[in-house]
Amino acid sequence: MAEVALEPQAGTPEQGPDRVAGRSPWALALRRLGRNRLALASLVLFVVIVATSFAAPLYADHVAHTDPFVNDVNGTTIVNGKKVPLMQQGGGVLKLGVTPIGPTWDIRHYFLGSDTQGRDVAARMLYGGRSSLEIGIGSALIACLIATVLALIAGFYSGLVDALLSRLMDVIWAFPVYLLAICIATVLLTAPNGLEVGPIHVVASSLWLPTLIIGLIYVPYVYRPVRGSVLSVAEKEFVEAAVAQGASNRRLIFSEILPNVITVVIVLLPLMIATTILTEAALSFLGVGVQPPGASWGTIIADGQNLLYTRPWVAIAPGIMIVLTVLALNVLGDGIRDALDPRAKLRVEG
Amino acid sequence: MRELLRRVFKLTIPIAAIAVAAGCGGGSSSSGGSSGGGTPAAGTPQKGGTLTILASSAFGVADPAQNYTLQQWALLIDTHDGLVQFKRVGGSEGTQIVPDLAEEIPQPTDGGKTYTFQIRKGIKFSDGTTMKPSDFVTTFERQFTVPGPTSFYSGIVGADKCTAKSCDLSQGVVADDNAYTLTIHLTASDPEFLDKLALPFAYVVPGNTTPKLTGNNVPPGTGPYMWQSYDPNKEAVLVRNPNFKVWNPDAQPEGYPDKIVEKYGLQVSDEVTAVENGQADVVFAGDTIPSDRLNELGTQYASQTHVNALTADWYFALNTKRPPFDNLQARQAINYAFDRKAAVQLAGGSSLAVPSCQILPPNFPGYQEYCPYTANPAANGAGPWTAPDIAKAKQLVQQSGTAGQSVVVNTDGPDKPFGEQMVADLNKIGYKAKLVVLAGSIQYPFLQNSKNLDKWNVGWSAWYQDYPAPSDFLNVLLGCGSIHPNSDASPNIAEFCDQGIQSKMDKALTTGVTDPDAANQLWAEVDHEVTDQAPWVNMYNPKQIDFLSKRVKGYQWSPQWYILYDQLWLEQ
Repeated sequence: MAEVALEPQAGTPEQGPDRVAGRSPWALALRRLGRNRLALASLVLFVVIVATSFAAPLYADHVAHTDPFVNDVNGTTIVNGKKVPLMQQGGGVLKLGVTPIGPTWDIRHYFLGSDTQGRDVAARMLYGGRSSLEIGIGSALIACLIATVLALIAGFYSGLVDALLSRLMDVIWAFPVYLLAICIATVLLTAPNGLEVGPIHVVASSLWLPTLIIGLIYVPYVYRPVRGSVLSVAEKEFVEAAVAQGASNRRLIFSEILPNVITVVIVLLPLMIATTILTEAALSFLGVGVQPPGASWGTIIADGQNLLYTRPWVAIAPGIMIVLTVLALNVLGDGIRDALDPRAKLRVEG
Repeated sequence: MRELLRRVFKLTIPIAAIAVAAGCGGGSSSSGGSSGGGTPAAGTPQKGGTLTILASSAFGVADPAQNYTLQQWALLIDTHDGLVQFKRVGGSEGTQIVPDLAEEIPQPTDGGKTYTFQIRKGIKFSDGTTMKPSDFVTTFERQFTVPGPTSFYSGIVGADKCTAKSCDLSQGVVADDNAYTLTIHLTASDPEFLDKLALPFAYVVPGNTTPKLTGNNVPPGTGPYMWQSYDPNKEAVLVRNPNFKVWNPDAQPEGYPDKIVEKYGLQVSDEVTAVENGQADVVFAGDTIPSDRLNELGTQYASQTHVNALTADWYFALNTKRPPFDNLQARQAINYAFDRKAAVQLAGGSSLAVPSCQILPPNFPGYQEYCPYTANPAANGAGPWTAPDIAKAKQLVQQSGTAGQSVVVNTDGPDKPFGEQMVADLNKIGYKAKLVVLAGSIQYPFLQNSKNLDKWNVGWSAWYQDYPAPSDFLNVLLGCGSIHPNSDASPNIAEFCDQGIQSKMDKALTTGVTDPDAANQLWAEVDHEVTDQAPWVNMYNPKQIDFLSKRVKGYQWSPQWYILYDQLWLEQ
């Protein structure tokens, strides 16, 4: 087990039990995480992907000098010092179709080539990464936040409140997640004013729309494990002791229970981000996620699906980015889980 | 016929090399192979074999009273017959009406309101029963009891009282089984009635056919083939009709393949590969061939690839009921600004589309080239589109007082690149445009329904002719009578209604009964006047690609039915 290797070995002067004793569980977890090289590498990879994606405007404006959101099918670029059209007419007698220019491997001029609308794939991929990450992280945070609050309420008050909330979650859970997301997105995308609920107004072209939709449909997936933890923690002696001391419900929830279930949410968060990034990609691929001319990795793959034979990089590049991001988040999530798992220490000490 | 073959024709291709001038309507068709669009191939035609067509999906319900897809029509013309028929031949001749089950085409009487047909004797349905005039009564009544586009025949006397539950056309369609005559009475003269009779909706079925939808069962017909089976999840199979004999080869010639099979379910790219490998014979032209497969068709398989210009429009309708495009100058502004060259590029390049400003497509009755919305327009606008005129567009926007207004552009998913181009061009001239993309299955009904008029300003659409008549574009798509409030079937999407132009359309319709040439001149004027009013931004006229296996010969392309499957023959 990774935990064994990561735990300090008893009796050694530098890593003895005395260095562990007295440290907070959070410090110990951080220490375990710091010694998990795979998790750290994943964290670094994820940070690099985030940083690169958020540098998209710099690349588009100052390096590639392109607007990746505007069609440029009549445009040109520079290849080996020569001006060439972005769209190349088919050959032979019939001259059928047009093919966008492929990768030039010149970072200043259509590094990954053009899509069928004459847009710089590399610039769109960076912008797309920004959208995908914003939606993925945002929706995961929304799902975790709402699920945690609901789980605390349900688990603490139990009885009828728990039954109602849990059945509501069951209803949402009963729908295939993608089907539910597609239905909601289709309805909201056709609404003239997007999403309007009280003071909340989200226009159809906003990234908040897929963020909210994906966040909401994944609430049950976080709610269930967190609620289970709340039910378990609520039975612990220290909670009973707090009750005996006359602690208010608010104090019980936020000072006694929440700190002891938050590790579940922290472990779930990176995994949820990975899941929501995949969901966003799927929805955008199907046309009900990020709306044109915006880009996400999913929309770029969709743009490239008809170019797989001649310009595969249009689809492959964002595909690689999705794989790397999700892989990094999953490995990081595993590392966080291992670091926060109190049984790791018990196993070592045992 | 908007939904028909939208996909098919999206990918059509022209021909660069060999314009089959004589047969293809003024060079509207081209082919890479020796077999031109309108001319049968050289060699000795051979009967026999199985022609295999590959389509990504089936055409839905098979009842000919309901199905409104060219995919099924291309098969129905081989299995069924009407009173009249479009001549079964490639090229411009294919738009001629010829007698089919009628002995001859009658002259209308009673001011154009009555047609009396002498029906041919001795013709049998594929089930062995003899076809008789009264079978047509059932056929026409089924138009109203089976959910379908009944408007084609709503001018028959008695049709206004028909419902989905019952229909009695005994006053409007009078059959005499002894004299073998059929008389049809109309409430008003209709110069396009014969065209409508040549559509598959009017193809005769036995008199004992249920008045309800037959689902996936196609009633017996009289053509050279009959439907052996149809499974939308698998295939349609046509085999020879043992009761068929040729009575008029112009209308219904004998087919060459012994069997025609249309198989469903493959990805289009796989269809292309299968035909390249000789494992199948035809890629259904309604399937959009992926753009990255086109170059190989044009280079390695040019002799098996055929390109034909379609009488169709790909356009954006402008919502004339809502600002900013309730303003003529605003509508003209975006017509000047829209980059049609970019649209052509998005459609696959100049080999697949031709830019256009007007409503009527080239090689169509009443067509006279006209494009005022171009940089450096020709005298009187009688020239092609060359480039956008942004300066003129910006000037018109300022004059209209609509600068800075929000504009919602609506497209379906596959056509969002056109929407993005429109958004860019609108923003370029001072509007705040955004794109809304809907699923293909709901986008067209959404645009048609007036309940949604407040949700869009510019809507993508496409239209393919039902039959070669100018009214099928101008009156159907832009006539005042084509606005049906709160209906999903209201083809005048722009809700454009100009009473002066409508009067001229009505006059052209009336004139067409007696003087088609004069009527076509009127339609040309209407076309130009409507173009001046700019209810659309017409983008281009598409072309179509037919890709055949190496063993297929005898390719013919009809402007009405497109590829003629039964006239293909297989090299053994």
